[in-house]
Order: sequence, then structure tokens, then C-alpha cells
Amino acid sequence: MAERLEFELVSPEKLLKSESVEMVVVPGAEGDLGVLPGHSPLIATVRPGVIDIHESGTVKERIFVAGGFCEVSPERCTVLAEEAMPVTAIDKAAAEKRLEDANQAWQKADDATKAKAEAERHVAEAMVAAAG
Amino acid sequence: MANLKDLKVRIASVQSTRKITSAMKMVAAAKLRRAQEAAEAARPYAERMERMLGSLAASLGGVDGAPKMLAGTGSDQVQLLVAFTADRGLCGGFNGSIVRQVRKMAHELKADSKTVKILFVGRKAHDVLKREYANETVDMITGLGKKNIHFSEAAQVADKITEMFDAGEFDVCTVVFNRFQSAMTQIVTPQQLIPFNPPAVEDGDDDTTDQGPKSVYIFEPEEEEILADLLPRNLAVQIFQALLESAASEHGARMTAMDNATRNAGDMIDGLTMTYNRTRQAVITKELIEIISGAEAL
Repeated sequence: MAERLEFELVSPEKLLKSESVEMVVVPGAEGDLGVLPGHSPLIATVRPGVIDIHESGTVKERIFVAGGFCEVSPERCTVLAEEAMPVTAIDKAAAEKRLEDANQAWQKADDATKAKAEAERHVAEAMVAAAG
Repeated sequence: MANLKDLKVRIASVQSTRKITSAMKMVAAAKLRRAQEAAEAARPYAERMERMLGSLAASLGGVDGAPKMLAGTGSDQVQLLVAFTADRGLCGGFNGSIVRQVRKMAHELKADSKTVKILFVGRKAHDVLKREYANETVDMITGLGKKNIHFSEAAQVADKITEMFDAGEFDVCTVVFNRFQSAMTQIVTPQQLIPFNPPAVEDGDDDTTDQGPKSVYIFEPEEEEILADLLPRNLAVQIFQALLESAASEHGARMTAMDNATRNAGDMIDGLTMTYNRTRQAVITKELIEIISGAEAL
């Protein structure tokens, strides 16, 4: 296939990835989005989960993101991630520890901090799921 | 006539000062490089965030339901100034220029009979302004970026500002920080964060021209929901950027200041050594004259 999609993954600290790919699957807030070249312009929120980069029919690379935003245009897909790392780099034990901490914080949280604790819990959950 | 011993002591003290300033210069240079890299690495995120927000704002433009953070509260009575300075001194005009700018802005706003509130990030401006603006000071945040600046630190500052905004404590928020130009020059930049000013619509961008009108984006979920997420996020990003710029500027300013100090100390040592040698020579000559005139008298 001649047409390629420019995929960019950016975290606040730096530009993590900028390459030409065949297809990416982004975990959108309302369901996974498969993005191919020529996609309609779209802006979506991203939930904590795994971005799959597809190359000639198979998954080439899997990257965990802790939520963020995604902007799609016909020739480009930009993901602004809050936190990102390759799935292979996730330490399962550390992720489970984080989930446990997040659960505890969530139980202790009052109304003001509840939303934040909840978000952290979702991130940790997704991380454990990605590692497992 | 200056005492020989005194001169010697002074030379030694200036020499050790020079040692310290030149070491500080080296440290600042190393830190500057790191800070500069961090500032540059963070730029793509801020740029794309701004672009995304710009297109969102454009498609929402003028809608009544737009969040307050974007549209403003409809008033500009209470103004929050956020001053970014260093925690430490010895960096030339770095802190002073921020203090001057904040004072000027506060003065102008007061002359317009607006209410001014000031949030200090970094210790130095607070040290200078705490008496003058004791009633206006909201809080002071210090200890940021001891080593590297993390996004989470910026997020904390942003959370605090968002909290205050949601509680209706201010209408307009402006940050004042040093934008890094080069090691020699830092530009004091006031930047309004709330309400958010969308960047001017770019016209010459080749990538976007063939997409037709910009407002054809599909939003998932609704625009309002994305905006509600995106706006506080953007605030954090802008503050993160300001922190990074400020850190790079601080190290740049310190490097230049310490370079000057080292050079001045060198000049001073040269001058003092000259005086020392002259004095020493004068003492010897005087002693010789005394001996000779003593011998002649016999």
C-alpha cells in the first residue's frame, strides 16, 4: 500500500515517536479507534490503554499510554499522551503495586480528591492489564 | 601606605572568590545545556496542544456554553499575576527584571482600580515584594525543579490555579516569566493564560490548506467534554513551558553573571598584585636608604 500515515506520539517532556506507519489503533474514550490513512479529521480523548502500531497486517509495536488526546487528519495521527512507555518496558510488579496504592488512595479519598484518585486507579488498572 | 600583610590577605580572598564564581559558572553552563534541551524537547507537545485547542475553540467560537476558562468570566476585575523567579540569587538581573515587571503591572492594574492578587513561584520575587504586596500575596511555591522539572510539578501549580479559578477567586490570570533567548538575553514575558487566547489562525501552513475548512472535525466525545479536559491540561502545559523557559533563563543569566564576576575578580587581583609589588619595592628602597644614610652618618 502506497499511502502511509504519519504517526506522532508526544508526551509533555518530549516527542516520543514520529514515524510513518500503516495503521494505528488508539484507545479512544468511547472505544478503540483504528486509524488508517485518509481518516476523517477527528479529535478525541484517549483513555488509559495500549496503542497498537500495525504493519502489514500484524502488530509491530505496542505502547502503553495513560490517557491524553488524539488528533487525526487524513495524513496524520497525533497522540498527546500524559505518560507513555512501550508495553515491554512495563514492570508488572511495579504496576500491581501502583494499582494497590491507587486503590488505597481511592478508598481514603474525600469528595475533592475522589476524581483524581479514580483516574489514577484507571491508569494503574490499564497498566496491569497491558502488562499481563 | 597600605600594609603589605593586608594586601596579601585581600589578594587571597579575591582569589578564592574567583575560584567560587568560576566553579558556579561551570555548573550553570552544564545545567543550562540540560535545561535548554528539556525546553526544546517540550516544545512539540505545547505546539500541538495549542493547535488542537485552536481548532476546538474555532469550532466552538462564540457558543454560549463555552467553558469559562476559554471565554472568561465576563469580567476582568480581579487579576491574578503569577511571577516565576528563581529560588536562589547570584544570577544577574534575572530576578530583578521579573520583580520590576510585576511591580509595574500591579501598579497599572491598581491605577485602573482592579484588584490584584499575586502568586509567587520561586522564592526571590517574594523576598523582595512581600512587604509591599503583603495583602495581595496569595501563596508562594518553592522548591520546583531542584534537579529536573517534571510535568507533575507544573500540574500541581496548574491545579492550584484551576482550583482558585473554579472558586471564583479571580477573573484573569497572567504569568510573568523570563523567556529564554540566549545565555546573554532573557526576555521578560507576560502571558495571559485565563481566559485562553487561541492562537491566530495560521494561513501559510501547507499541511492544512488541502483539508478544506478547519471546522470539519469529528469530536468524540462532545466538544464541551473534550474542552473541559483539554483546558486544565493546556494550563498545565503552558505553566510547564514557562517553568522550563524560566529555568533555562536562570542558568543562562547565572552563567553570564558569574562569567563577569570571574573576570572582575581577575582584574582586581591584577590591580592588587601591582599595588602589592609596588609597596614591597618601596619598603625595600626605604630600608636601603635608612641603612645607607645610617652608614654615612658614622
